[in-house]
Amino acid sequence: MKTLDTVVLLLIAAITYGTPLLYGTLGEVLTERSGNLNLGVEGILFMGGAFGLGGVYYCEKLLGTPSGIAAIAIALLCAFLAGALASLIFSFITTTLRANQNVTGLALAIFGTGVGQFAGEMMRVRAGGYVTVSNELKAVFTSSPFPQFMKDIPYVGQLLFGNSHFFYIGVILAVLMHLFLKKTRKGLYLRAVGENPATADAAGISVTRYKYLATIIGGGISAIGGVVYIVTTAGCTWNNEGLSGVGWLAVALVIFCLWRPLSALWGSVLFGALMILYMRLQLSFIPTELYKILPYVVTVVVLILSSLRNNKEKQPPEGLGLAYFREDR
Amino acid sequence: MEEAIKSPLLRLEKRGSNSLKPVYVWMIRLGSILFALLLGSIAILLAGSDPIEAYGTMLKGAVGTAEFRQQTVKKAVPLLGCALAIAPCFKMRFWNIGAEGQITAGALAATFVVRLLASKFEGNTPSLPLLLMMALAAMLLGGLWALIPGFFKARWNTNETLFTLMMNYIIIGVVAWLQAGPWEARQGRIAQFPRLAWLPKVEGVHCGWIIVLVLVFLVHIYMRHSKQGYEIAVIGDSLRTAQYAGMHVGRIMMRTMFLSGAISGLVGFMLCSGATNTLSKDIAGGVGFTSITVAWLSQLNAFAMVAISLLLGVLTKGADTLQTVMNVPAAISDIIIGLLLFCMLGCEFFINYRLILRKKPGKGGTVK
Repeated sequence: MKTLDTVVLLLIAAITYGTPLLYGTLGEVLTERSGNLNLGVEGILFMGGAFGLGGVYYCEKLLGTPSGIAAIAIALLCAFLAGALASLIFSFITTTLRANQNVTGLALAIFGTGVGQFAGEMMRVRAGGYVTVSNELKAVFTSSPFPQFMKDIPYVGQLLFGNSHFFYIGVILAVLMHLFLKKTRKGLYLRAVGENPATADAAGISVTRYKYLATIIGGGISAIGGVVYIVTTAGCTWNNEGLSGVGWLAVALVIFCLWRPLSALWGSVLFGALMILYMRLQLSFIPTELYKILPYVVTVVVLILSSLRNNKEKQPPEGLGLAYFREDR
Repeated sequence: MEEAIKSPLLRLEKRGSNSLKPVYVWMIRLGSILFALLLGSIAILLAGSDPIEAYGTMLKGAVGTAEFRQQTVKKAVPLLGCALAIAPCFKMRFWNIGAEGQITAGALAATFVVRLLASKFEGNTPSLPLLLMMALAAMLLGGLWALIPGFFKARWNTNETLFTLMMNYIIIGVVAWLQAGPWEARQGRIAQFPRLAWLPKVEGVHCGWIIVLVLVFLVHIYMRHSKQGYEIAVIGDSLRTAQYAGMHVGRIMMRTMFLSGAISGLVGFMLCSGATNTLSKDIAGGVGFTSITVAWLSQLNAFAMVAISLLLGVLTKGADTLQTVMNVPAAISDIIIGLLLFCMLGCEFFINYRLILRKKPGKGGTVK
């Protein structure tokens, strides 16, 4: 019985820590499906975290404590806008100005990290030391949308119905994105742009518009991951360190889940588990500091394994990372 | 009914290979740097400070006194060294963003040598044989740390961007473990090196600056005037051409990665032996990432890197001063560096393409 409890607790924690990764990954899946490789997710998460927290904090300060749904909506919206803006810069430089996507993404990672830390620090200085929201809101952010009796179901209750709102929104988002990519005409067009922009262009699809929209919306979704991290696991306060590495893990997870939104669901929970395993399952023969690098080691193994397979179904979008210029043929 | 032919407001045309004079090219690049500084001043304004005063404070804090200048150079040295390390990889379109880890690996190896051998030497002054052994070990481990992703890229085309990045976190985790465990001296720190293992100072800064300046020439010759450098350039421009010409692409990749990691490792040695005199998990402190900017801003030109690394040295040192004097968060340097990169990346477009405005209506003609 005790082991079962441990496993359930571990899974719940894994979901909590995996939710920011889920958003980061989902956003990047959408971006990469359009053929844009945005390596700036790390920076986007920082921006989303800082601006999402800032939005909620200042809203509460100026207008009083908003209701639960409104607070969540404000957090999501502010983060989304920050991420969309960052990705707009990326899209403009790579799609319109045709710069190298790798370097632009790295620039965005540096820039976004800087902006996030700058904004976080500024808020801290302005507020005189400590930025956080009221306890009511903290409770709202970590609470689940389901009624108590469902959470009381033995074992599976907490696991299935006890997670934060953000997790369930993420699940819905993943399903919607799956349906969009696989079942709609626009989704088909988007995939065509990512696979072979020249063909899509010849078929009359506006490559530029699809690339811009997918990257901007994708960046916005990724940014939500930042604010989710701040309000669920970091206790609604800004810290400069906590998010570092999460964005890069999200980029790696995109490869791991083969550019499929539904696979991102279990992939992010798995990596969430790897991130917290050192706290939940202590092994005396592994020092904590070495245990902490587990997710990165697993990522390396995943990268190697995914490069070994030669399955046609499991390849990245063919045009990934390449700039498209109609007259370049 | 008549309908005007739809011609776009702006049209693009690729410039010929030499249609823009080099003077204009450099003017555009310089202009983009100024534009980036202008954008950066918006952030300073948002922080409630006067941009001109802030930039003045940064400049004063970076080059105002001899001591500040030394500190600025101390910041620029690892940036330059690492940019030189990254340049061959980027020339090859191999996105090595693992310099951070390769620096740490180098510093780790150098520290290992100190712990192993320092007691065998006597005296209280820097010992050349010991320093040489430290440097050699640093280059070896740094090179090996870079070779691992290089090998997998060459063999199975494994994504090198993420691989090199993950290698950063792994080696930093290992140092964190050593720091808190086996090598701990007190309070989670590793003991300071004996003076034997300190890089001697020249003009107030550890002599690493002489080493990197020599490296500038070596890397320039290697990239521009050697067969290996040529091979790297061909792979970067067209992988297929390189394969067709019978180059051993995989072998060249691994060789270049080892070399790149070795130089980064050397930078790690300089940092632990010259700058901090000990090893910690923060030894690289973001240098590996910032140096990517240096390499790319200078168009992978070794001599331009000297200027850019000094510019970024001034920026980062200045940002530290700005934080203490005017209470503007030091993250401002990251913002400005990011903006510099954006503008430099964007401005290449105006160098490579020409914008043509739509001609006045009437000239384009109409159609039935």
